[in-house]
Amino acid sequence: MNGGPALVSIMRQGSTLIASVHTALNDSELVRFEHDLVDQIGEHRSRGVIIDVAALDVIDSFAALTLRRIAEMARLRGAQTVLVGIQPEVAFTMVRLGMGTGAVPTALDLEEGLALLAEQGSHHPRPDDPEA
Amino acid sequence: MQPEPEHDSAQSGPSGHLLSQLVAHLREHRTRLQEEWSQRIQQAHLLTAMTPQEMAAETTSVYDNYVEVLETGNVEALQHYAKDLSERIIPRGVETHEVVGIVLLLRDVLARSLFEKYQRDFSMLNEVLDAYEPAANRIANTVAVSFVDERERVIRQQQDAIRELSTPVLPVRERLLILPIIGVLDSERARQLTEQLLSGIRKHRAKVVVIDITGSPDVDESVANHLVQTVDASRLMGASVIITGLSPKIAQTLVTIGVDLSKMNTIGDLQGGLEEAERLLGYTVTRKEVSTSS
Repeated sequence: MNGGPALVSIMRQGSTLIASVHTALNDSELVRFEHDLVDQIGEHRSRGVIIDVAALDVIDSFAALTLRRIAEMARLRGAQTVLVGIQPEVAFTMVRLGMGTGAVPTALDLEEGLALLAEQGSHHPRPDDPEA
Repeated sequence: MQPEPEHDSAQSGPSGHLLSQLVAHLREHRTRLQEEWSQRIQQAHLLTAMTPQEMAAETTSVYDNYVEVLETGNVEALQHYAKDLSERIIPRGVETHEVVGIVLLLRDVLARSLFEKYQRDFSMLNEVLDAYEPAANRIANTVAVSFVDERERVIRQQQDAIRELSTPVLPVRERLLILPIIGVLDSERARQLTEQLLSGIRKHRAKVVVIDITGSPDVDESVANHLVQTVDASRLMGASVIITGLSPKIAQTLVTIGVDLSKMNTIGDLQGGLEEAERLLGYTVTRKEVSTSS
């Protein structure tokens, strides 16, 4: 599960984790990504997670499910997840196949995702967050 | 490279020699033959969309091109000319049968002049016609094909234009798009609408989209479903959609098909939709007091 280089880079930006998916992931790679990301949320005490899927031209049902699971787990560990960069064709295909993102908020791109998190985070500022 | 036999026959050999003789004949009697040709065109009521001056100019250049191709056997220049000619005359409403007709008339006029010239020497006439006919037919073919190609190109261009115009995506303010839909929304248009809307959202970085269907009287069930899916897909791209101007009939369809409409943001008319969009985007529009100084 932990072998090979990471196919998703997870970067820390303040209290936000930014995960960019660079290439199509198979099921075991998705599981590994889920594992890594949820681990790092605790490690960095992140309050927000942005998953950028702009490089994906296919999101299958397992990927959609995994993304929803990640968001739910992140929420349980205290971070709000935003899904960004869904391509037009991907968005329509997902809807056609009846796989939405559930309760996970979406935004156009990274910039919009950060803005959305900032907006939501401002309602619940963390006492020790220097940016708040 | 294999030598093209047709080119060769035009340049050399016995038929080549005949062709150059023929070309010399056609050049010599250019004015008379061209005059005869123009008369035949008028008698056949072709090219009625053109003025006599235009016709004289066009027939002259067609004649010269025709003779030149007979001489060189090079069809490329003719193709180019025919394309150019088609571009000029298609907007004037010239039809395919007219273009083919005038080229065939020219072929016949020239053939007649050959009969006349070689009437005393039947075997010679045969040889001349052997050289002339394939070249003439090739010219007629080339012109007709070029004309039809050009027409098809124009039609394709117009189809693209209509397709784009039928579902305009208009940015009204920063991050706000409007999609006015006029006329019946069939499944093909609905598909285009989705495509254009989703790419428009990305291009204009839209956050709010107002789809106004005041101008659309009715939708069928599949299109209504498609519309709902488009709204969901837009949400996945981070844009919220407001639908305005739902007619009673469409409202009924949407309710009857039983899609989940709780997430659909609908507002009665376009004005209300724009106000809501501005609210979502944080715009406040205030009317400036107009000072009426006397």
